[in-house]
Amino acid sequence: MSSPDPVETFRQESQELLEQLEQALLDLEHRPGDMELIDSAFRALHTIKGSGAMFGFDAVAAFTHHVENAFDEVRKGRLAASSELVALALAAQDHLRILLERPAEAEAERREAILVGLRAIIQGDMAPVAVSPPAEEQAPAIQGWRIGIQLPRNAMAMGTNPLLLLDELRELGPLRVTARETQVPPLEDLDPTDCHITWTAELEASCSRAAIEEVFMFVLDDMTLNLSPLETSAASPSAPEETLEAASAALSAPPPAQVRAAAPAAPAPAKAASPAESVRVPAGKLDELMDRVGELVIAQSRLRQVASASSDIHLRSVAEEIERLALELRDTTMGIRTVPIAQLFGRFRRLVHDLCRDLGKDVDLVMQGEETELDKTVIERLNDPLVHLIRNSLDHGLEKPEERGSKPGRGRLLLSARHAGAQVRVSIRDDGKGLDRARIRARAEERGLISPDQPLTDQEVFQLIFEPGFSTAQTVTNLSGRGVGMDVVKRTIEALRGSIDIASEPGLGTEVTLCLPLTLAIIDGLLVRVGEGRYVIPLTAVEECVELDANAEAGSTRCNFLNLRGSLIPFLRLSGMFGTNPDPEPLKKAVIVSAGDQRVGLVVDQVIGDHQTVIKSLSKLHADVEMFSGATILGDGSVALILDIAHLVAFGQAHEEKLMAAA
Amino acid sequence: MTLPEPADNLRVVTINLQGERFALETRHVREILDPGPTTLVPSAPAFLNRLINVRGRVVPLADLRLRLGFEQSAVTIDTRVIVLEIDLADEPTTVAVLADKVNEVREIMPIASSQTPKFGLRCRPDHVRCIGQLGDGFVIVLDPAAIFASSAPRRGSEHATEHHLPH
Repeated sequence: MSSPDPVETFRQESQELLEQLEQALLDLEHRPGDMELIDSAFRALHTIKGSGAMFGFDAVAAFTHHVENAFDEVRKGRLAASSELVALALAAQDHLRILLERPAEAEAERREAILVGLRAIIQGDMAPVAVSPPAEEQAPAIQGWRIGIQLPRNAMAMGTNPLLLLDELRELGPLRVTARETQVPPLEDLDPTDCHITWTAELEASCSRAAIEEVFMFVLDDMTLNLSPLETSAASPSAPEETLEAASAALSAPPPAQVRAAAPAAPAPAKAASPAESVRVPAGKLDELMDRVGELVIAQSRLRQVASASSDIHLRSVAEEIERLALELRDTTMGIRTVPIAQLFGRFRRLVHDLCRDLGKDVDLVMQGEETELDKTVIERLNDPLVHLIRNSLDHGLEKPEERGSKPGRGRLLLSARHAGAQVRVSIRDDGKGLDRARIRARAEERGLISPDQPLTDQEVFQLIFEPGFSTAQTVTNLSGRGVGMDVVKRTIEALRGSIDIASEPGLGTEVTLCLPLTLAIIDGLLVRVGEGRYVIPLTAVEECVELDANAEAGSTRCNFLNLRGSLIPFLRLSGMFGTNPDPEPLKKAVIVSAGDQRVGLVVDQVIGDHQTVIKSLSKLHADVEMFSGATILGDGSVALILDIAHLVAFGQAHEEKLMAAA
Repeated sequence: MTLPEPADNLRVVTINLQGERFALETRHVREILDPGPTTLVPSAPAFLNRLINVRGRVVPLADLRLRLGFEQSAVTIDTRVIVLEIDLADEPTTVAVLADKVNEVREIMPIASSQTPKFGLRCRPDHVRCIGQLGDGFVIVLDPAAIFASSAPRRGSEHATEHHLPH
């Protein structure tokens, strides 16, 4: 196992911490007095500062220090979590993100503006009480300082090198250091990794107290640092010295950041609410694991084939045992890869917050079903489409408060996720003005997508907005209306083997629903035979298998109707569609599949049985083969194609409508 | 996408297609296999309508003979499957091709493209990487990237729907 790059680990952790910070700040806006939120923000800042310094992100650490100071004041109740402070902290959080990701782009002016703002808030809000102000203005004219340094015992284990600290002090001016070994235990009790020595240093420099504290910035919370001006302390060494000690932080805060950062395999930072134990694993390793499990499942289905042909009872029982284990392993592995969608939804709070501010709208973001779990890959790839849909809702859908008429002035944007069978439905619903059918039609006619007299259902009109380059926005804003996007949204969702539905009522709002598969890697399939070829139908789409009666068989067209308990279902003869030779099999079967609320029967020669299907995507060279969504490898090593049900159902429906129209 | 003209000797695998001798650069060739079971892909172009299993990966199998305008011929004891790795639109793509016979791996001296005839090649000039000297005769070195790039599907191409509804 190669250990991951610690700097990369720090970056990842910081991303999470910044997200935690952002959530806390956004919540603080609504509940300014909530101590838990303040603590959460403070802890995030504290950890970023600590690990930042450790991994050489000095700019990050130095900048965070000031923000952390402000929140420390809030925590101690000396400063109110005003909306100005929250706004500044959000700006600071953005700046930190830039510092972490693209340090070259960080702007010094921005940094200064934030720091000046913070200072103003701290000083304006706070009586100058006996706190060491973080500012540089306290620059007394003194000859030097006597510095007592006592590091925490585990300082070296945490990555602090006392010699470097002393070197840094030396840079401020001439330094005399005396080490005191009074606390060093007898040899038999000595732990050589602990720091037992304390130092007294005399610094001959007229620097400020803050400058010295800056040297110890990253250990300050856990160490004892005694500072006294040289003359006075020489006269009365026992004079009351200002002591900066680990404040209540040490009690309430999680263990110092360095521990975690130094050991990437150690528990990941617990989310404030759920301190569940977790292990950080690179996503690539999970993919590898999934691949192996996929291969295991294939090998297992071969074993099953061998075993079922054998009369050896022991072989059969072992094969069954292996099958059970393989399936459990598959489910567990898929479970590892799934993460709650809250991870994704959480990011949109900031987006909505900022968009509302920019657009002058007042919108409540409501989230439901955040605990719904989805494959991590799916979640990652959902981000951009959802951002786009949310922007559309806020920009085009939701009105400004004064335009909302009889509706409540505050708009409502509902983000929800729920399981529906093996699918997850993610929906974005707003109570805005709804889609403008007439305008979409007009625009589509203008672009020649439809002819003026073509009758279209609402669904068909709405689907037009997914055409490339389609935009009804009269003015192009910097948010949306450039016509790039909706087609990309659709393509992304389809690439995930999902689908999009739109429902919209004029004046009441729009709901966009994304239906997505739970996982991308393995599905349960129904193996069927058509001619000589074997095909897989995703089992989730299968409703039932029926035998086709001889009368229906007599028809010669490719698409007929099947009377299934009173409802008429169109069926497609796969052998005709695939151009295979007619099969002598007299009793054809129809597999009834559904997509959405539409059903279609697929006529096959034989239903072979269920099959654990490890999905392999088709080559790019076959990208225009629309009837198949992928391929899989069967137990005997041959390849079988997986039917694209959504496409076949749509095709069957279209054909049915054609027949209806002709009748 | 024109490749720089090969200046040095080329290392190639020479193959037979319908009695004609062709060559493929060894840098594209990943492995050579015996033909196994194939799976038909309905509605795919005829020269590229099969899938095979190459060590757990699903790989399209192309019949270059159809692409080059030859007849399809039956599988014989000499038929081989050559697995190629080519760059299509900057993405590495694995594709397998059928050969009536695989002859040998050898170095050939490419002749300058200025001397390459524009016709009389028995295949489209843009499918040809270069022509090399082989013994007394010549051999056409095929450019698989060009052969498959020109067959790469465009979005919304016509034949998918045609196949569903011929009447």
